[in-house]
Amino acid sequence: MLRLEKSQENEIEILSLYGEVDASNSVILDEAIQEIVASGTKSILIDGKNLDYISSAGLGVFMSYLEDFQDQGISMKICDLAPRVFEVFRILGLDQLIPIFPDRAAAFAV
Amino acid sequence: MMYRLDISCQTSALSELRAFLQQALGSATLDEIEKHQVTLAVEEVCANLIIHSHGCNPKDIIQLEIKDSDKKLIFEISDQGEAFNILDYEVPDLKKVMVEKRKGGLGIILVKKIMDEIEFESKNGTNTCRLIKWFRS
Repeated sequence: MLRLEKSQENEIEILSLYGEVDASNSVILDEAIQEIVASGTKSILIDGKNLDYISSAGLGVFMSYLEDFQDQGISMKICDLAPRVFEVFRILGLDQLIPIFPDRAAAFAV
Repeated sequence: MMYRLDISCQTSALSELRAFLQQALGSATLDEIEKHQVTLAVEEVCANLIIHSHGCNPKDIIQLEIKDSDKKLIFEISDQGEAFNILDYEVPDLKKVMVEKRKGGLGIILVKKIMDEIEFESKNGTNTCRLIKWFRS
């Protein structure tokens, strides 16, 4: 199960993920990011505090936006990942491509 | 100990697979992060088969067998679909995946980085992918 929640703070669009992202529901994550981009924001924060699991289907969604975001000057950050979830980002080397912060406050500070 | 699960070829079966793995790995000599990673690697192979070899046909079945000893865990994933030999697939460069906006390919990187050994055989119409994780202690 995956549940998404959108909010705004300090002119940053925040997408909070609840549950698990896999090949059965990664399209929901993709659509949510597309909607946020369509709103014209230049700053997106993915809050992973309640993200229990993410497979390559979900990681691939993040990857697929990286180049466009670079070209369009959109910043995407991730915060608050559980250690086991962060490890998956690290194994792939995604932590080198997407800024990952321990919590929201640290993400806002940069 | 040996565990066995039949997985219907639909992506909605993946959460059931994870629940099964969590139970089967309960007593294994792996820490929580390793159990999480091993679960992910098995799911990645199964998701690949479900989507690419079986076109998400729920009537098709993938068999998963887990055998454990005091030294290692063996995950045997068998199916009768189009053979997908993970060993034939070169690990794609992450930057290339990014530039090409490919949403696939990442799963193969994860499986190869997480598992200690990967074997594949295709015999009498049955393909078997064997993922092996050695205990560190």
